[in-house]
Amino acid sequence: MNIHEYQAKKLLAKYGVPVPRGGVAHSATGAIYQANELGGDKWIVKAQVHSGARGKAGGVKLCESPKEISQFCDKFLGNNLVTNQTGPEGKMVSSIYVEEASEILKELYFSIVLDRASQKVTLVVSTEGGMDIEQVAEEMPEKINKIRIDPSVGMQPFQARQLVFTLGLPNEAIGSASRAVMKCYRAFRDTDANLLEINPLVLTSGNKVLALDAKMSFDANALYRRPEIFEFHDKTQQDIRETNAAEHDLNYIGLDGNIGCLINGAGLAMATMDMIQHAGGEPANFLDIGGGASSERVATSIELVLSDKNVEAILINIFAGINRCDWVAQGIVDLLNKRDIDIPLVVRLSGTNVEKGQKILKDSGKKVITADTLADAAYKVVDAWKGNK
Amino acid sequence: MSIFINEKTPVLVQGITGRIGSFHTQEMIDYGTNVVAGVTPGKGGTTHLGKPVFNTVNEAVNATGAEASIIFVPPAYAADGIMEAAEGGIKYCVSITDGIPTHDMIRVKRYLFARAKPEDRMILTGPNCAGTISPGKAMLGIMPGHIYKQGNVGLIGRSGTLGYEAASQMKELGIGISTGVGIGGDPINGSSFVEILKHFEQDDETEAVLIIGEIGGPQEAEAAEYFQKHMSKPMAAYIAGLTAPPGRLMGHAGAIVSSSGESAAEKVEILEDAGVMVAPTPSDMGVTMAKLLKV
Repeated sequence: MNIHEYQAKKLLAKYGVPVPRGGVAHSATGAIYQANELGGDKWIVKAQVHSGARGKAGGVKLCESPKEISQFCDKFLGNNLVTNQTGPEGKMVSSIYVEEASEILKELYFSIVLDRASQKVTLVVSTEGGMDIEQVAEEMPEKINKIRIDPSVGMQPFQARQLVFTLGLPNEAIGSASRAVMKCYRAFRDTDANLLEINPLVLTSGNKVLALDAKMSFDANALYRRPEIFEFHDKTQQDIRETNAAEHDLNYIGLDGNIGCLINGAGLAMATMDMIQHAGGEPANFLDIGGGASSERVATSIELVLSDKNVEAILINIFAGINRCDWVAQGIVDLLNKRDIDIPLVVRLSGTNVEKGQKILKDSGKKVITADTLADAAYKVVDAWKGNK
Repeated sequence: MSIFINEKTPVLVQGITGRIGSFHTQEMIDYGTNVVAGVTPGKGGTTHLGKPVFNTVNEAVNATGAEASIIFVPPAYAADGIMEAAEGGIKYCVSITDGIPTHDMIRVKRYLFARAKPEDRMILTGPNCAGTISPGKAMLGIMPGHIYKQGNVGLIGRSGTLGYEAASQMKELGIGISTGVGIGGDPINGSSFVEILKHFEQDDETEAVLIIGEIGGPQEAEAAEYFQKHMSKPMAAYIAGLTAPPGRLMGHAGAIVSSSGESAAEKVEILEDAGVMVAPTPSDMGVTMAKLLKV
């Protein structure tokens, strides 16, 4: 689960990580109020969306008057901000963060990730702050330093110092920087985070470090024990289809094609999408209905797929282990008894109770195209889609 | 020989009295698995599905000699269950549970690593997997057993249902499996492809291996390197997610392209460069293996 920059900064500040003073607003009036509260005559005003590269997209601005702040808010609030990470529709801006401007001597990069290769929490720093870290890794790998944390004892202060010494900071800044690193680690550890990125982490004129930006993401599987993190959840940053799916506890990702997919298992779902493309179509979505799906769940899933108006054909591919083909078939028939589906519907059932499932579909007399294998299903749905256009 | 489990392996079910645990324990017994006991804290001394239930893994192992365990414990308690299995003397553990927090799994891995020398270390597969099956002998999982034919191909997959797809395609072509191992779809899992490949390389009954990978993580590239350097047996592969957009989590907590080398196209290239025969589509997993075996 991703959170906004202002939320991440609030969280980090709670752990003692130095962040610029700032306030969040949901209107131009609110933003000007926050600027007045902060005082001074320069403010950094930032559109809050779950995406990086906001600066490049114009979503971050240095403002020197309330009028400029007001103009910025009018431009962004209530509209979608498109960055190179959001996709073409962009993401809705419903809050603006106003911060005091900081004096910057040096920009650094700092992040904490779960490194899958070493299977440990890993801290990453670079002197090349403000840049895309993937690009630094490619072009100047020697400018990246990492430290891995032993999970049985956690991070030790000497490790924080070791990391900080690679950044070429003045001696006066070492203490403040090492403490900030330790505090970030504690915030990461105590919240079940899976990413904390501060880019840039800056050195200010007083030889202090400050988190100028902050991006945090959390393990969805651990939210049950982090209610304070779940509070940060912002539905407006999600595809509406995905929000609806999440309410039914379904795993759905919206894509750009026309063939709606309903599959059990994430791997089989990805493979089926690949197969559709191989057959000449484009998947409209990823949808894993999971294990032990009831007839009701199947019907709800089909409704969800149909709610995407781009969907012009549907492929249901179930390889039942923990699932039951008869339950799936019943779910399809129940839905068809309730409503008509005027686009081609291809169903491939395999595994547990397959004969029962096929019989239910056949006996229903409903217009369902059945398929025996994965390839058969993919070609049939693409053919039916083309024929129906 | 199959790897990890056979018809004699005494099996313990952790979470045997739950709804899901009960259902699959019965399926495993029906398949011929030697289930000897179950563990549910607080229900020690009772009997469930005709098997004795114990309060702790330690008691169960002492009383029954269980060597393998399967975990159906809910996600919040599963990491604890895995560590208890290791402490109780289990040698091979399958965790079916989906949704274990990643930080918990990091601790589990560290615990398993620190408490025993490599040769004494409990082997963990999963979490978030369909389990392990040695067809015709024993099943430690939730898969439909009848789609697996007994034979000589080692099967390893991150996805459960895609593994079923591969097993049934192979059965259709008359190709059987020595052992099928689900390693799970989580970012931190008990065993990687490489760790399972080591066992298949040593197994007399296994003639070739099929690995089924997907987007995200370094495991497929590591498998390619291991294959090239250390394996005498031929290997085929399929990688799911060619159409998956980068930066999006595709269902499995571990299926996300987050850095270079993690996309399906890159993994296919790395595997092919290492000499692995890669199935071009998921419906070609069976025929690719047939080609590899020249049957």
